[in-house]
Amino acid sequence: MESNVILSVHQVNFYYGVMRALTNISMTFQKNRVTALIGPSGCGKSTLLRLLNRMNELIDATRVEGEILFEGRNIYAPDVDPVEIRRKIGMVFQKPNPFPKTIYNNISYGPRLTTGISNVDMDALVEQSLRQAVLWDEVKDILNKSAMNLSGGQQQRLCIARALAMKPDILLMDEPTSALDPISTAKIEELIEELKEKYTIIIVTHNMQQAARVSDETAFFYLGNLIEYNKTEKIFTKPDVKQTEDYITGRFG
Amino acid sequence: MEEKRHTSLHYEKELQAIKDGLIYLGALTETAIRKAMKSLSGRDTQLAHQVVREDDAIDRLDTELEERCIKILALRQPAAIDLRFITTAIKITGHLERIGDMAVNIAEKVMRLNEEPQLKPYIDLPRMSDLVGEMIRDSLDSFIAGDLEKAEKVRRLEQVIDDLNEQIFRELMTFMMEDSKNIHRALMVMQVSKNMERIADHAKGIADMVTYMVTGTCVRHQSFCGTT
Repeated sequence: MESNVILSVHQVNFYYGVMRALTNISMTFQKNRVTALIGPSGCGKSTLLRLLNRMNELIDATRVEGEILFEGRNIYAPDVDPVEIRRKIGMVFQKPNPFPKTIYNNISYGPRLTTGISNVDMDALVEQSLRQAVLWDEVKDILNKSAMNLSGGQQQRLCIARALAMKPDILLMDEPTSALDPISTAKIEELIEELKEKYTIIIVTHNMQQAARVSDETAFFYLGNLIEYNKTEKIFTKPDVKQTEDYITGRFG
Repeated sequence: MEEKRHTSLHYEKELQAIKDGLIYLGALTETAIRKAMKSLSGRDTQLAHQVVREDDAIDRLDTELEERCIKILALRQPAAIDLRFITTAIKITGHLERIGDMAVNIAEKVMRLNEEPQLKPYIDLPRMSDLVGEMIRDSLDSFIAGDLEKAEKVRRLEQVIDDLNEQIFRELMTFMMEDSKNIHRALMVMQVSKNMERIADHAKGIADMVTYMVTGTCVRHQSFCGTT
């Protein structure tokens, strides 16, 4: 199991100003697996997700202690370029946030900035990314139309395609379906299942059934602490920690 | 196993209603066994007919409880202890319904036995009947309280019942060897004993499910049940 670790978090503390949001978190993420982070609002799960690709440092007065190793290197080391980290560890947000551009340009924007890719290769990359996000058949004839005209579910899949176009190793998803209807949600969940063959996925979700459906491992957070990290099947049938059981059975607060 | 209450009180009430229903169903089956045994020892064919009639109530309650459990599975998507509770409840109601059927089987044998003179005085069978009644009570108590010790006690009693069944079997064999005219009645009595033994198996099945519910570990089949 250890040999398949792609990302490991060591004794991480995180502070918003003086408030400590995460306390001594240590955990590892497995390659080509889906890991779900669950817990009540304010438990630190989204904070941890954003720490994994250095998104939190865009917020003032935050501080991180400990280290997060990706490919054996601490992503918080001074010589590491956060932009490079965010390219390898992509992110999809709660609300679909396509650029107010064409569908094609939404996908090509990132690769064009960072690589000297030719137009022909770009066409192929756009198609490949849209296919991976299972959106190609729906948009192949309207690539030059504005992405803003797509439905919410399509926009979210476009955002996933946009992240995939950067050829990341890890995809972070922060409640990717909370703004979507059940059918679009099912499509995204199906997509997650397919994507894990090539990518490692870490997903924050408030929907416990979703965590149960899509993830291989589940981590339960409470008040900034990692309470239990176990196989998803174990967490949802016989968790080791009483607090986890209380939370997933709705005996909380 | 004292649990905190659910945030949703409706859900809490639904789970409580299933517990109450199972206790009631357990009481019905226990009564059915007691009456079946009384109809045998008191040679009371009317009472035996009553056991058969009253089995409808057991079947109805079994169906109703199972439907309630399925409804909770569909609408509440229970997890962890709630999931183990519901799956255990579904199995328990099935076991109890079968126990009701066994009581009916016994009553039917009694009807035929009562048409002929009594083969022998019944000593071990009433003892068996008391013991299986105790097993049903204990298995349901262990379910309600999550009491593993009581579940273990039920498993021990099952062995006692097995031994009693063996003993009755051997005794009846001697009656059959003595006089072939005894064979029909002896076989009927044997089947009564066999039904008691199967009731004990079902009570043990309930106890095993309670152990699963509390520990998450399957103990039904020692040869291959591992930890989950």
